[in-house]
Amino acid sequence: MAEQSKVTFIITRQDGPDAAPYEETFEIPYRQNMNVISALMEIRKNPVNSKGEQTTPVMWDMNCLEEVCGACSMVINGTARQSCAALVDQLEQPIRLEPMATFDVVRDLIVDRDRMFEALKQVKAWIPIDGTHDLGPGPRMPENKRQWAYELSKCMTCGVCLEACPNVNDSSNFIGPAAISQARLFNAHPTGEMNASDRLNGLMEDGGIDGCGNSQNCVQVCPKGIPLTTSIAAMNRATNIQAFKNFFGSDTAL
Amino acid sequence: MAEQREFFFRRLHSLLGVVPIGIFLVQHLFINHLAVYGEEVFNTAAGIMHELPFVLLLETLVIYLPILFHAILGVYIVFTSRYSTRRYGFFRNWMFALQRVTGIILVIFIAWHVFETRVQLALGNVDINYSLMEGILSSTPMFWFYVVGVLSAVFHFANGLWSFMVTWGITQTPKSQRISTYVCLIVFLAVGYLGIRSLLAFAYGV
Repeated sequence: MAEQSKVTFIITRQDGPDAAPYEETFEIPYRQNMNVISALMEIRKNPVNSKGEQTTPVMWDMNCLEEVCGACSMVINGTARQSCAALVDQLEQPIRLEPMATFDVVRDLIVDRDRMFEALKQVKAWIPIDGTHDLGPGPRMPENKRQWAYELSKCMTCGVCLEACPNVNDSSNFIGPAAISQARLFNAHPTGEMNASDRLNGLMEDGGIDGCGNSQNCVQVCPKGIPLTTSIAAMNRATNIQAFKNFFGSDTAL
Repeated sequence: MAEQREFFFRRLHSLLGVVPIGIFLVQHLFINHLAVYGEEVFNTAAGIMHELPFVLLLETLVIYLPILFHAILGVYIVFTSRYSTRRYGFFRNWMFALQRVTGIILVIFIAWHVFETRVQLALGNVDINYSLMEGILSSTPMFWFYVVGVLSAVFHFANGLWSFMVTWGITQTPKSQRISTYVCLIVFLAVGYLGIRSLLAFAYGV
């Protein structure tokens, strides 16, 4: 191309957590194989908006740049996804970038995903292996189960499922799909299984699994294709059984 | 251990929607459908239901209290959701939204319906029989109000049955959930037919 073509971005910006959001348009020179992050880097190099005014560089979060860390999630043309994997050639222009509305905005496209880590704490999404002495090797995991669990372990806490969920919002305390699936993952692990009821009781706490309304948006939007709704239904069954055990009593309640 | 009250209330909400409210709805529409076979048949059946022993206790435990609980918690649930069918136009997201819309319609419809039938009976103003319904449904706006109300009730029940099976962990896999969607569609068509057919019988005597 003789004339250098441009890519137009309309970005929803916010100067701080309590500031009012506003839109700013940028036109940047097109390069081949650009992704949204490289475009944002271009704006950072030369923070001038489409009116030719000098402005502050747009802030965003990123880390791995290969869609495994989940840090760079944002709403791109109305769809929550990772900006590193969003190729400019495949997007309709002007490209609209917004922060994920479910979370509190820190600045521009950076959101605070702290609630997701709180959710993982609520369901104890880890495997306790520390003792006062060497506990020795744990039980082995069958290979087919490991392969199955690997799919669930792909969750990168990116927040896209929470963004799409109609029940995760300011007026609800629903934990969201990600942590429910993580509880299932750790309960399936042969060592993690030993603390299964702790995780189930965590899921049953207020603001836990009960907030799911089965809209099933989560499984449609998950960038890793995790079977989130299957996980939710599986944990529904497990928590119901746990609830009966807790109430009526059972030697395996704990 | 932190509070688990919400979990209990939401599970109770899900259970009550099917047992007893869903069962009551189906039974109610089965009895109504007898109107198709004539005024006498319907009046006899409605009379039997009214002569059941402990009828007020039965009504309270099987109908009033469960519906009241389901409605109050349901309205709360409706207003704690953020509707997103425009951005995420998936089938299940539409069902999610419709379940809540029909829920709100039902709060209005059932309040009205109970007021003009059961409350009026208790006040001694009317008898529950064929001619009462004939009188109500002979007005065209009321007929359509009842059509919307009955279809909302049947949809809310059929779709609620689907999510009941998920909430209680019966259908887990996508395949079982897909098949239960079809089963619930059949429930919707069958029970909806009973409801609409009996409305036509009351309103037009056909």
